[in-house]
Amino acid sequence: MAMLEVQDLHVAFPRGKRDEVEALRGVNLHLEKGERLGVVGESGAGKSMLAFAILNLIADPGRVSGGRVMFHGENLLDLSERGIRGIRGNRISMIFQDPMVTLNPVLTIGTQMIETLKAHRKISDAEARKLCIERLKQVAIPSAESRMDAYPHELSGGLRQRVVIAIALLTDPELIIADEPTTALDVTIQAEIMALILKLCRENDVALILITHDLGVVAEVTERIMIMYAGLCVEEGRTQDIINAPRHPYTAGLLKALPQKAGRGQRLYQIPGSMPPITALPPGCAYNPRCEFAADRCRATIPPLAGGVACFHPLQEEEAAS
Amino acid sequence: MTQPIVETRGLEMRFALPTHFLSREKPVLHALNGVDVSIQPGESFCVVGESGCGKTTLGRAIMGLLAPSAGEILFRDQRIDTMDERMRKPIRAEMQMVFQNPYASLNPRRNVFDTLAEPIRHLLPDTPAAEVREQVESVLAATGCDPSWQRRLPHEFSGGQRQRIAIARALVTNPAFIVADEPISALDVSIQAQILNLLTDLQADRGLTYLFITHDLSVVEHFGSRVAVMYLGQVMELAETQAIFAQPKHPYTRLLLEAIPKLEGGSFDKPRTPGELPDPVNLPVGCPFAPRCPLADARCRAERPKLRTLANGTQAACHHTE
Amino acid sequence: MISFSAFLKRFLSDPVAIGAGIVLLVLVLMAVLAPLIAPQNPYDPLQLDIMDSEMPPAWKPGGDERFLLGTDAQGRGVLSTIMYGTGISLLIGVGAVIVQAVLGITLGLIAGYKGGWIDSFLMRLADIQLSLSTLMMAIIALALFSAAFDANTYADYAIIMLILVIGIAEWPKFARTVRSSVLGEKKKEYVDAARVIGLPARRIMWGHILPNTLTPVLVISTIQVAEAIMIEASLSFLGLGMPTDRPSLGSLIRSGFEFIFSGSWWITLFPALVLIALVLSLNLLGDWLRDVLNPKLRRGED
Repeated sequence: MAMLEVQDLHVAFPRGKRDEVEALRGVNLHLEKGERLGVVGESGAGKSMLAFAILNLIADPGRVSGGRVMFHGENLLDLSERGIRGIRGNRISMIFQDPMVTLNPVLTIGTQMIETLKAHRKISDAEARKLCIERLKQVAIPSAESRMDAYPHELSGGLRQRVVIAIALLTDPELIIADEPTTALDVTIQAEIMALILKLCRENDVALILITHDLGVVAEVTERIMIMYAGLCVEEGRTQDIINAPRHPYTAGLLKALPQKAGRGQRLYQIPGSMPPITALPPGCAYNPRCEFAADRCRATIPPLAGGVACFHPLQEEEAAS
Repeated sequence: MTQPIVETRGLEMRFALPTHFLSREKPVLHALNGVDVSIQPGESFCVVGESGCGKTTLGRAIMGLLAPSAGEILFRDQRIDTMDERMRKPIRAEMQMVFQNPYASLNPRRNVFDTLAEPIRHLLPDTPAAEVREQVESVLAATGCDPSWQRRLPHEFSGGQRQRIAIARALVTNPAFIVADEPISALDVSIQAQILNLLTDLQADRGLTYLFITHDLSVVEHFGSRVAVMYLGQVMELAETQAIFAQPKHPYTRLLLEAIPKLEGGSFDKPRTPGELPDPVNLPVGCPFAPRCPLADARCRAERPKLRTLANGTQAACHHTE
Repeated sequence: MISFSAFLKRFLSDPVAIGAGIVLLVLVLMAVLAPLIAPQNPYDPLQLDIMDSEMPPAWKPGGDERFLLGTDAQGRGVLSTIMYGTGISLLIGVGAVIVQAVLGITLGLIAGYKGGWIDSFLMRLADIQLSLSTLMMAIIALALFSAAFDANTYADYAIIMLILVIGIAEWPKFARTVRSSVLGEKKKEYVDAARVIGLPARRIMWGHILPNTLTPVLVISTIQVAEAIMIEASLSFLGLGMPTDRPSLGSLIRSGFEFIFSGSWWITLFPALVLIALVLSLNLLGDWLRDVLNPKLRRGED
């Protein structure tokens, strides 16, 4: 049994009085212990929605309209608020793009860390403090003892994100869900933070769901990738396989459009148009208006995810390379 | 060397920070510390660096949005930073700017035609109405915008379409020089290639000169002819694009290059030590990069290195490059 | 941003907004069409008969069907005086808000866009003005004015004086609202884009920034009309507003108040009900507008 198994997950938002639109249209996902999965997509593809839905955190007026989230065989969507709190922030931790979502600006780092720990563990203050300092050292925060008494605003963006990672690790989670954890940070700091997450996941055998738009980051950190487009997974597989030989035309287009792939001054490959909003999806495959291989069948039926790709005309290896 | 189109000499920018009115200290933020760049006609001059390095400040100073604290800004050998508005008007038509956020750079209450006609009406007031219309339509066509967009408001368009409109506005007075401040970083991955291609095509058609500000070195590698790497208000390295990627001379440039996530993966495997920017209010006496630099010695901490030309033509500000 | 059709749809789906809108529309029509539809012109001494004074409403014993809501001490029909009085109250309310808006928007724009000492100066001025009650300032100004001129001159210029006094006393509300919107807008890149082409500050302020700050201005305008009508009514009730021969709703309530203990309750009750209906409908509409135009409260639609 997989550690996490998401089955046919749907998330819907109301449109008007009676109607609903779906932001997630049936997503499947499985994750083994210690496995690192990248969820890649453009804004509006539903990748953050997936993270929130897994933790049953979809805010009003949206709702999970179907599917199951099985964590060790238990459906998280059926748990009581009390039950989910024993898992969220404890066995599954989250890291957000903005560290200030996690950090309370009026409390010191130490107070927040000790509080988090005591919410999930029976532990004395002194022990908790010792453990927190240890975690801060683990995320390479210089002079960890004195940082315990610092307020979040006294730290730089990179250090704050390190503190958030330290908090995420406090309860020895089995899974960390990181939603664009480095998008707001500078390139050099991004490299540091991603290297740190990678190292900690490996050392502690923690599974990771990394949500990002950056194929490069995914290639560096994860073992498997899921490519999302308009609320569906369009391609899934081992990271290096997909990077080297993408099979969905969208994945192939994204990779070919990267500037590092083209020579200087040459035109880049470009995917025409833009992703349709979930309120105005075309019939059939959502990618068909932008796809050079689209046929009548693509405009009529949504291709199912089969053999790792949701496409009626998946690319062969030599096509993808060209 | 031909006559540069835009040149800065010893450009300095200091901002007084807000303080309590009784406070004795008057903290000053050094955003630019003696920047000399000269941009040749027809090139794509890139400025890279992390947040707080002064790259945006440089672009805004050249465009006259900020008044320099010291130094000179020249356009075709005429000094423009001290020029009065009447004299400067014809030069403004020659220099335009594209901004980072297409959701904020278009006035939400103005339709596309009014947005595009305004620069002509103000800068070239003798243009007859028919010609204004003609010019707007031709520039819309050149940037891949549909002529039917003219009567519509910005909120009806996607991010990529808005950025095309913003580029059209920058081109409508037929400028020779364009400052593009992170023009693709707010866009989705599949749209970035479209906009980069558009900028490349426009340069070829109109002989434009770009000052391209970005944090993304992979874009620079594809797009730039020369690059200035900035750190804390100073140029650390200035070289031809090929040279900087083949033989980075400054340790900071090397750090930046290493931080780019690679599609092959593997470069995030070793942990990195946290590096933080020094406080730009109390700059170190010596090299601003010294606190993060693996090569730093006593001399680096005491004496600020000057930008000097090396054997291969690269200019670098480091005591330790040959 | 919200399109007109979406705006209309929101309006038609909200019973409170429809109710307030209908009440306001009826009152405004009643006031504007008063010379045509009022049973009597209460300002025309020839149409008044002292024999008709203090008649109860028509459905009461002793009532007269010529005067549906009864008559006051001078024999004027209460319904007619209310129709004309509502017009005067609305005129003063709207006029005062125009004065407030012109002053407040101009000073708020300048303060927000220029910043620095101009901003500090104008905002401290606004603070001082807000710390003095509007009613108190109006009482002082109008008392001086009525003492300085004879009764006839006062009666002629009372409307203009009320508009000016209430308008000047309340400008800081507009100025603060506009200034805070300007501070948000001027950081946006479209303002930089306008500066790049060298537009003068005046044209950037009025042509680019102002149209983007009008949403909150519209909301407070509605509520300020209600506020101005109330201030005017209070002043008139204190005898410092409209003279009794050109009565606003406030002066009608005041003139009827003297007779309330002699049993002629209708002279004061009906104008008071109309005043409440007018102010309430304006406030409800203002609240509704704020909810609709505030994007933070609007989800999932655009």
